Amino acid sequence: MSLLKGIAASSGIAIAKAYCLVEPDLSFSKKKIEDSATEVARFQSALATSKSELEAIRDVAEKELGADDAAIFNAHVLVLTDPELIGPIEEKIKTDQVNAEFALKEMSDMFITMFEQMDNAYMQERAADIRDVTKRLLSHLLGVKIVNPSMISEEVVVIAEDLTPSDTAQLNRQFVKGFTTDIGGRTSHSAIMARSLEIPAVVGTQESTKLIQDGDLVIVDGLNGEIHINPSAEVVADYKNKQQQFEQQKVEWAKLVNEKTITADGHQVELAANIGTPEDLVGVVNNGGEAVGLYRTEFLYMGKDQLPTEEEQFEAYKKVLQGMAGKPVVVRTLDIGGDKELSYLQLPEEMNPFLGFRAIRLCLEEQDIFRTQLRALLRASTFGNLKIMFPMIATLGEFRQAKAILEEEKQELLAAGTEIAEHIEVGIMVEIPSTAVQADVFAKEVDFFSIGTNDLIQYTFAADRMNERVSYLYQPYNPAILRLVKMVIDAAHKEGKWAGMCGEMAGDEIAVPLLIGLGLDEFSMSATSILPARAQIKKLKKSDMVELVNEALQMGTAEEVVQAVKERTGL
Amino acid sequence: MVEKQFKVTDKAGIHARPAAMLVSVANKFVSDVNLDYGGKNVNLKSILGVMSLGIGHGETFKLNASGADEQDAINELAKTLKTEGLAE
Repeated sequence: MSLLKGIAASSGIAIAKAYCLVEPDLSFSKKKIEDSATEVARFQSALATSKSELEAIRDVAEKELGADDAAIFNAHVLVLTDPELIGPIEEKIKTDQVNAEFALKEMSDMFITMFEQMDNAYMQERAADIRDVTKRLLSHLLGVKIVNPSMISEEVVVIAEDLTPSDTAQLNRQFVKGFTTDIGGRTSHSAIMARSLEIPAVVGTQESTKLIQDGDLVIVDGLNGEIHINPSAEVVADYKNKQQQFEQQKVEWAKLVNEKTITADGHQVELAANIGTPEDLVGVVNNGGEAVGLYRTEFLYMGKDQLPTEEEQFEAYKKVLQGMAGKPVVVRTLDIGGDKELSYLQLPEEMNPFLGFRAIRLCLEEQDIFRTQLRALLRASTFGNLKIMFPMIATLGEFRQAKAILEEEKQELLAAGTEIAEHIEVGIMVEIPSTAVQADVFAKEVDFFSIGTNDLIQYTFAADRMNERVSYLYQPYNPAILRLVKMVIDAAHKEGKWAGMCGEMAGDEIAVPLLIGLGLDEFSMSATSILPARAQIKKLKKSDMVELVNEALQMGTAEEVVQAVKERTGL
Repeated sequence: MVEKQFKVTDKAGIHARPAAMLVSVANKFVSDVNLDYGGKNVNLKSILGVMSLGIGHGETFKLNASGADEQDAINELAKTLKTEGLAE
């Protein structure tokens, strides 16, 4: 038995067998074959097995993700029957008398190179499809097990180096009880997904894929970031207890679902949820969200081969607005570019994607995309309480330009007789220090602020949050961040506006007392963090938290702040 | 041999999904079906062949079929291209 430490990314405890999602070893060497007929037969058998596997995956994907997203697997099946690929491979086995692995690799490499050399990013990506199919064929030729998250059919804990969005989409949610990854932090994509799926997860373990074997019994403790590998019966019993306690606490929290969020001395705040798709609303409602504080619309644009139409967007926005039944919904306009790529936009690669052509910068340049989204939003506005928010605003000029475009689209729709909600609040995300510093000026023109802490922290400390070597500079509790947050909240209040926060910090139990003290009006977080945050806030006194944060603002380091919060609140 | 010319109407061109659709239709027929585009001629039963052309919006291409069911093949492919909004 052994113990591994990582970053607690999604709360809860999972106890199940490990399912290792690791790349199989597909190395082989070139061999001379005497009996080429047998070798061709071996190849055909690998083809048949791969084909039936892919068809099964396609069927599962169709059920889970819909026909559109499953279509790519149809293309994969067709590659396996492609006469221009299969014919030459069999020919090569016979004439060159080489093993099937070698013939396969030679031919598929030819196609991969051809696609990679095409001058269209979409076509270049098709090389990945051929690689995928080749890998499957090779695994059958070599008799190596190939992992396939969509085919999991018993309760497991998934062990992976990293989980991409498409891996996560393929996970069979009924059976995946938890997961661990080697890389990533609390704000990595897989961590955010885990919280929205309510699956316990520990990320950034560095070597879970090395230390854990397929079938090992694993305990994932998403509360304190521990992973127990093949634990003793006592440890298992202990954790079953903890699991039960956690479930009980969840029952306690559930009692707060329909309650308002008010401190012990009567100060009320709003607890909102961050969502990515209309499907996430279930979690918001179940967890007592009072609003959607951040609807990340980029998921409408990702994982596709073309831009979403105005109609597609309209339907999604309408669904979310209706689902929240009149409660506020803050929709963030497209936040893409730089590191979050859309292959069909063919954006050039950048040296510093986080400092590059992204979010509002891209929207102001590619106005067709922006205007389509704004029209869809305006048309949907009559179905609920819509608020529109622009991401990555760095200057007042950008905000004015974005707002003018919104106004133009509004006038055009009104002229065409389209109904639009009477009042739509228009706000910005504050995630760049320039905007925080000038918040008093912005506050005169915006309807609200939402502080995006993940980026604000990265830009304030000039430290890439994906770079593990500088991860120590991700310091939400540093007085420098608290001062910036205070500037934004104070500026908003001076103009009678509200200030919210969407980002991991808003639901963090160390940060919550500080933010209450700073007077934050709206806290937007993962749906599962809402009830614990509400329980915590109900016990705090705002007057105490004002004192606490005033002390914290004068402190030197994040550690001192954390220490003070713990002492004052008994965490 | 039957031959017919088309113009791509889909904004995204003939990318993976439409290519898969065309190949699936072509596979239903015994006739040889080929696609002529930009001086290249590929087997329409080969998805890699079709995708490798990267036919974009507004481009024209020719389909030709020869074999026992050549007319049916061209008719059904034309129908698929039209109903899917790919080409006319």
